[in-house]
Amino acid sequence: MDNAFGQPQNVVVLGGSSDIARAIVRKLCAARTNTVVLAGRNQELLDAAAAEARDYGAATAETVLFDAEDPGNAARVVAESLAKVGGPVDLVIVAVGLLGTQSEMEDDPVAAARMITVNVTWPVAALTELRARLVAQGRGRILVISSVAAVRVRRTQYLYGGAKAGLDRLCQGIADSLEGSGASLQILRPGFVRSKMTTGQREIPFTTGVNEVAENTLRGLATGERIIWSPPILRYVFFVLRHLPTKAWRLLADR
Amino acid sequence: MSRVRLSGWGRTAASVASLITPTNEDEVAAALSGEVIARGLGRSYGDAAQLAGGVVLDNSGLVGVSPITSEGLVTVGAGVSLDDLLALSIPQGWFIPVTPGTRQVSVGGMIGADVHGKNHHRDGSIAAHVRALRIVTPVGTFETSPTREAELFWATMGAMGLTGVVTSVTFQMMRIETDQVFVDTDRFDDLDAVMSEMASGDDAYHYSVAWVDCMTRGRHMGRAILTRGEHAPVSQIDEPHLRSPRAARLKVPLDAPSGLLNPLSIKAFNELWFRSAPRHERHEAQSLSTFFHPLDGVRDWNRLYGRRGFVQYQFCVPDERAETIVEAISRLSASRVPSFLAVLKRFGPATPAPLSFPQPGWTLALDLPVGPDKLPGVLDELDALVLAAGGRVYLAKDARLAPATFAAMYPQLDDFLSVKARVDPEGHLTSDLARRLHLGFPHG
Ligand SMILES: Cc1cc2nc3c(=O)[nH]c(=O)nc-3n(C[C@H](O)[C@H](O)[C@H](O)COP(=O)(O)OP(=O)(O)OC[C@H]3O[C@@H](n4cnc5c(N)ncnc54)[C@H](O)[C@@H]3O)c2cc1C
Ligand SMILES: NC(=O)c1ccc[n+]([C@@H]2O[C@H](COP(=O)([O-])OP(=O)(O)OC[C@H]3O[C@@H](n4cnc5c(N)ncnc54)[C@H](OP(=O)(O)O)[C@@H]3O)[C@@H](O)[C@H]2O)c1
Repeated sequence: MDNAFGQPQNVVVLGGSSDIARAIVRKLCAARTNTVVLAGRNQELLDAAAAEARDYGAATAETVLFDAEDPGNAARVVAESLAKVGGPVDLVIVAVGLLGTQSEMEDDPVAAARMITVNVTWPVAALTELRARLVAQGRGRILVISSVAAVRVRRTQYLYGGAKAGLDRLCQGIADSLEGSGASLQILRPGFVRSKMTTGQREIPFTTGVNEVAENTLRGLATGERIIWSPPILRYVFFVLRHLPTKAWRLLADR
Repeated sequence: MSRVRLSGWGRTAASVASLITPTNEDEVAAALSGEVIARGLGRSYGDAAQLAGGVVLDNSGLVGVSPITSEGLVTVGAGVSLDDLLALSIPQGWFIPVTPGTRQVSVGGMIGADVHGKNHHRDGSIAAHVRALRIVTPVGTFETSPTREAELFWATMGAMGLTGVVTSVTFQMMRIETDQVFVDTDRFDDLDAVMSEMASGDDAYHYSVAWVDCMTRGRHMGRAILTRGEHAPVSQIDEPHLRSPRAARLKVPLDAPSGLLNPLSIKAFNELWFRSAPRHERHEAQSLSTFFHPLDGVRDWNRLYGRRGFVQYQFCVPDERAETIVEAISRLSASRVPSFLAVLKRFGPATPAPLSFPQPGWTLALDLPVGPDKLPGVLDELDALVLAAGGRVYLAKDARLAPATFAAMYPQLDDFLSVKARVDPEGHLTSDLARRLHLGFPHG
C-alpha cells in the first residue's frame, strides 16, 4: 500500500532493466518498497537488476520475460507481473523504450514501424490492461517514462520523438480517464540522460545522470503532479522551445 | 452500492471502494462474504477505515440508544455518534467516561481505536468502561464482555475493525452534576519543567493535557501550556446546568490553498496560542465542549492543510524512557519540519487488549503537514527511537508506518492473530491500513 507520503511498498517495472528505472527502484527500496517485479527481454540484465533491488532492501525481487516487439503478449505480461506482487499493486513503471539510430531507420519501413511498436503500441496495450486492473483495485499508480523529445519532435530523431509524442498524448487521455477512480497515471519527461540508451551520444545542455532523474521522480511521486520534468527547469525551457518558429527550432535542434 | 473515494481525516492516500450502509445485523453478516471493513465518521487520520476495491461498511445505519439505567448502563448502536450520545446523556447527568478530542466519532470507531482521553492516567482507555460488545464476524455473531468470549472482546478493542463489525456497545457511564469543568492552567518555559510537574502533579487531577510548542528552538524548546481539570460539583456553581453541547458554527471553505498552513503561519499560530495563555490560572469554569472538544467549533478544519493533507504522529513510551519525548521534539525542531502544537499526556495502566495503543508512561501527538522532503525520513528515525524505547505508534493516527516496525511495536500481535484466525479464517476483514502493515496476514 502507498502511504501518506506516496511511498509505494511494491513496484512493477515494465522495462525492468532500464538504467533510469533501476535508479528509481534503488531509491524506492531505500524508502518503503519491499517487493519488486521486473519485466524485460534480457534475463541476465533482469537478474542483475533484481539482485540490486535486494541489495537496496527489497525482500522479494522477481522477473518476467517478454519482448515488446509483440504487443499480443502485453496483457499476459501485465497479468503475470501483477500476480507476482501477491496483492494490490502500488506502482507500475512503464520504462520500455527504444531510441535506435534514425539514419539507419528512416528509409526502412520495417524498422520505422518497429519504433512505433516498441515505443507506443506495446506500452499502450499494456496500459490498457493496467488501466482496467487499477480501476478495479480502486487504487494504484502508473508512471510512464515519456521524454522531452515528445514535446517537440526533432528532424534527426522524428521516429523516436514522434513515437514518444504519441505515447505522451495517449497517456494524458488515460490519466484523465482515471480521475476519480482511485488510480492515477503520471508522466515523466526527462531530458538527455546518461544511460545505456545514450552511450556514445553527444551530450546536450541540461544533461543529467540517472540518479538525478530518480530524485526528481520520487519528488514527483510524492506531490502527485501529472507531468514530472527532469531536471525541473526543462518545464520552462520547453515551454519556450515549443513556441519557437519552425526555422529557429530546426536551426537549434538539428545542430 | 456506490463507488466512493475515501480517505482519513489527514486526507492522504485516498482509495475507491463500494459503500454500503446496513441497518441490521443480518445485512452486516451478509456483507462479510468478501473483503470488507467498517467505517464510522472517518476521524482516524490514516487509512484504517478504507479498503481499495473492496466494500466499506458505513456504520451509520446501526443506530439506537437504550434508556440509561439508574446505574448508568447504556447500550448504544455502533453507528451512533458520541455527539448524539452526549446530547442525550448530559441532560440526564451522565457523561462518557472517556472522550477523544472530538465528539464527531462513532461508537464503533471508539471501540476500533480503543480511544483514550485526558484522563487516561486515572481511568484508562474506553475499553475499561465497556461492559458488553456485540460483534458480527464471518463465522457468526457474538455477544462478548470481559467475562464472556473475553478473548474476542479484548482482541476487538483497538483492532481497527479487523475482527468483525461491532453492532452495539454497552457503556458504564459516569455521573456528572453540572456541565462545567474547573480548569487550572499553567505556562512553562521548557519541556523539563512541564514534564516534572505532570509526573508529580497529574494524579491530583481527573483530566490533564499539555500543549507543547515544537517549533521554538534553543532555550525555550518545548515550552508548554498545561491544562488540568475536574468536573464542577453542583455545590460550587452559581447557576448549575446540564446542557447538551452546541453544534459547529464555523466551516472552512472547500480546499484551502495548499500551504495555507506553512512553517511561518504555524509558528505565528503557536506564538499566539502560547502568549494568549495565562501564566497561572486557577479554577476557571469551562463548558464540557470547550474543555474536551475545542476543535469541534470549526467544521472541516482538516482542509486547512490543503490538497496534500497532513499526518498525525502519535507515540507512547514508558516512564523510564521519558527522554524519548525530549529527543523527538528536539529532532523535529532541529529539522525544521513545521508542526502545530503537540499534545503531551500521561498514560496509566493498559488493558489486556493486544492491539490497544496506550501503555503506561508518556504520549506525544504531533500534526505535520505533508510536503517537506525530509518529513518521511525524520518520522522513520522517530519510529526507530520509539521502538528502541519500548514504545509504539497509534494506529488510529498512522498513515506511514512500515510493516516490520509495526509488528515489533506490538509484541502481543500473535495473540490478536490467533483470535482473528478463529473468527475470520478467510481474512475477509481487511483495510488499506491492514494491507500496508501486513496486519492480519499470519505470515506477512
Ligand atoms: C480532532 C480529533 C481529535 C482526536 N482525539 C483523540 C483522542 O484524544 N484520543 C483518541 O484516542 N483518539 C483521538 N482521535 C482519533 C479518533 O478518536 C479515532 O480515530 C476514532 O476511531 C474515530 O472514530 P470514527 O467513528 O471516525 O472511526 P473511523 O475513523 O471511521 O474508523 C476508525 C476505525 O474503527 C473501525 N470501526 C469503525 N466502526 C466500527 C465498527 N462498527 N465495528 C468495528 N470497527 C469499527 C474502522 O474500521 C477503523 O479501523 C481524534 C481524532 C480527531 C479528528
Ligand atoms: N536516456 C535518455 O536520455 C532518456 C531521455 C528521455 C527518456 N528516456 C526514456 O526512458 C526510458 C528508459 O530509458 P533508459 O535511459 O533507462 O535506457 P535503457 O536502459 O536502454 O532502457 C530502455 C528499456 O527498454 C527495454 N526495451 C527496449 N526494447 C525492448 C523490447 N523490444 N522488448 C522489451 N524491452 C525492451 C530495454 O531492455 P534492455 O535493457 O534489455 O535493452 C530497457 O529495459 C525509455 O522509455 C527511454 O525512452 C530516456
